[in-house]
Amino acid sequence: MVGLGKMGLSHHAIVNAHPGIKVVAACDTSAYLTDVLTKYTGLKCYADFDRLLEGESLDAVVISTPSKLHAGMVEKALSRGLHVFCEKPFVLNVADGERLVALAEQKRLVNQVGYHYRFVGAFQEAARVARSGALGQLHHIRAEAYGPVVLRPKGGTWRSAKDEGGGALFDYACHAIDAMNFMVGPPSAVSGVVLGSVFSRDVDDEVYCTLHYGEGMSGQLSVNWSDESFRKMSTKVSIWGRNGRVTADRQECQIYLREAHPGLPDVRKGWTVRYTTDLTEEVWFYLRGEEYSAQIDYFAKSIEQGRTDGQSTFRSALETDRVASMILAQHRGEVPGSQAPVAAAASQGLWSRLFGG
Amino acid sequence: MREAVAMDRVLFGDNQFFGVNHMSEEKARAQSMRFQDLQAILDVLDAAYQEGIRTFMCTTHDRVAEICDHFRANREQYPDYTFYPCMPYAHKYANAVTEHGMVEALRKFLPEDGALGAMMKGGVALASKDARAIMGLLIDAEMKMFHGLHTPVIFIQNVITDLLLGLGMKDAFRFFADHVRERYGAEPGFITMNTPRLLDVLDDLGIDNPIVCSNINKIGFRMCGGVELYEQTIAKRRFRPIAMSVLASGALSPREAVEYVCRQPRIESIVFGASSRANIRQTKALIDELSVPVPR
Repeated sequence: MVGLGKMGLSHHAIVNAHPGIKVVAACDTSAYLTDVLTKYTGLKCYADFDRLLEGESLDAVVISTPSKLHAGMVEKALSRGLHVFCEKPFVLNVADGERLVALAEQKRLVNQVGYHYRFVGAFQEAARVARSGALGQLHHIRAEAYGPVVLRPKGGTWRSAKDEGGGALFDYACHAIDAMNFMVGPPSAVSGVVLGSVFSRDVDDEVYCTLHYGEGMSGQLSVNWSDESFRKMSTKVSIWGRNGRVTADRQECQIYLREAHPGLPDVRKGWTVRYTTDLTEEVWFYLRGEEYSAQIDYFAKSIEQGRTDGQSTFRSALETDRVASMILAQHRGEVPGSQAPVAAAASQGLWSRLFGG
Repeated sequence: MREAVAMDRVLFGDNQFFGVNHMSEEKARAQSMRFQDLQAILDVLDAAYQEGIRTFMCTTHDRVAEICDHFRANREQYPDYTFYPCMPYAHKYANAVTEHGMVEALRKFLPEDGALGAMMKGGVALASKDARAIMGLLIDAEMKMFHGLHTPVIFIQNVITDLLLGLGMKDAFRFFADHVRERYGAEPGFITMNTPRLLDVLDDLGIDNPIVCSNINKIGFRMCGGVELYEQTIAKRRFRPIAMSVLASGALSPREAVEYVCRQPRIESIVFGASSRANIRQTKALIDELSVPVPR
C-alpha cells in the first residue's frame, strides 16, 4: 500500500479485509500516521518507496500517492514485474501514460486505475443501455458533477501555485469524463472550454466544455466543486439517442424508450427506473460504498485470472487523461484536439488537501 | 456484572432530516429543503413522540445541537426522552481533513476551551500517539451537545467502525467502549455494514453481548456476508442486534419489510426514519403488530 491519505487509508482497509490478499507492507512519508498504524495494527511501514521495493517480495502494489508521483512509481513497480492499481487521475502527462500502457501490456501485468464509477451499479446500467443500441443513434451526452470542496478563498497551499495544475479538472472532472468515456467512448475533440475560478486564486474550480464525437454526436461537461448545496460529490450523466434517453447518478438509473428494442429485451417502452438497491451487487466488505470494494476485488480477480484487458485499465484511464489534456490545450488557446503535456508540473491537489500542503 | 440497558423496540432515525436518501438524490434534496427549519424537524420528532417513540438515534451533526437545546429547554414536555448519539458526523471530519490535513484536523477537533489541562492532554496525546487518550477527547467533543440529556447508548458510526475493522485497529473498539462506559455510564454501540466480521473482533476483545446496529432487510441490501449468514448470526451469536435500513431504502413494501425483520429472533430494536405522521404511525403500528416478545 503506497500512500496512506484519505483514499490510501480507505483502500488499505478494504484490501486488508480481502480474503485473497495479504498486505505485506505500506509506505507513506507521514511518520505520524505510519507510527500509529504500526503501533496499533502491526503494519510494517516504509517512508521510502524504493526501500519498500528493495525490502519486500511483492506481487502487486496499490498506489494512492499525489498524482504527480504516479508516473515514476508506476514505472518502477511495472519494471519489477508487479501488478499495479493506481489511484486516479492516472498520470499528468500523456506521453508518460503511453509509455506506461505499453510497458504494462508488454509485461502482461494487471493494471487498473481507481475510477470507481465504473463499478457503480447505476452507471454500469447506463453503459449497458448506451451500448445496447436501444437508444438508437446517439446524439448527445451530458455529464454534470457538483460538490462542496472549495468554498472560500484560500492562499498559501497548492492552490496558489499556478504551475502545479490541479484544481477541479484533475480532482473532480476526471471522474465525470471517465464515466462518459465508459458509456460512449472518448470524444475526438473539445471546444468551448471554460476553466473558471470561483474562489481559488489561480486554479480552476469549475470546468465547462463541449465534446465532439463525430457522426453528429456532441457532449457537454459541467463541473463545479464550489457548490455547497450538494452534501457531497454528486455526478449525473444523461445520454440521448433517437429512440430515447438514459439518465444515471449513483442512486438510480432512469431509462425512457420511445419504442421497445431487441437490444434491451428487459426494458419496456416508456419509463423504466432502476435503483441502486437492485443494481448493486453485494460485496464481501463494505466501507463508504460497494464500488470501492468491487474495484479492489476486480483487481484481485484480474491477478488470479491473468486478466490484463479488463475494466478501468491504464489504457482506458489514459483516454481520460487525454481528454483532460485536450481541455487544457483548448483553454490555453492551443490547437484543438492537440495532445500537449498536461499541467506544467503536476496536480498536488489531493495530497495537499489531505496533508495541508 | 452491570445491568444491561433496556432499549425501546422502536427507535427514530435522522437520515431524512439531513438529506440522506439511498434511493434518490432528488428526494434527498427535497428533504433537506423541507427540514432546513428546525421547527420542521421538531414537528416530526413531536409526531413520533406522540406515537410513542421516545428514542432519537441521531448523528452528531451540527444541527442536532439545536435539537438538543430544544429538548433541554422543554424537559417537562418530554420527561422520558432519550438520545442515542452516533458519532462522528463523518463529513465534518472529511471536510476538515480536506482543508487542514489529517493531523491538523485532528487537533482542531480536540477541545480548546475549558481547562488548560485539556489542551495539554490533547497535545500530549497527539504527540505520544496515544490513541486511547485521543479517542477519549474526540468522544468528549462530540458529546458536548448532549450535555444534561439522557444518552444511555452511544454509538460509533459505521464509516469509522468499518474503517477501523478493515485497518485491523481493534484496540480502538476497546478504547471507545471503555470511555463511553466510564465517562458517560453508557453502553457502547457499534454501527456496521459488516456484522459477522465485527462480532469476531468484539468477541476477541472480550466486549460481551455488544449492541450492534446494522442493515437487516429481506433483500440483503448492504449486509456483507449475505442474508443467510446474517440470519444465522442473529439466531446463534451473543449480541444485541438493532435493525436499520429495514425497508431497504424503500425497495420493499412496509409490511413485507417489517414482517421479515420481526421474524428474526432476538432483534431487540428497529430504527427507522420517516417524515410524516402517517408514515410514522403506520410503521410503528406494523412493528407493534408483528413483534414477538424478545427472549432475554
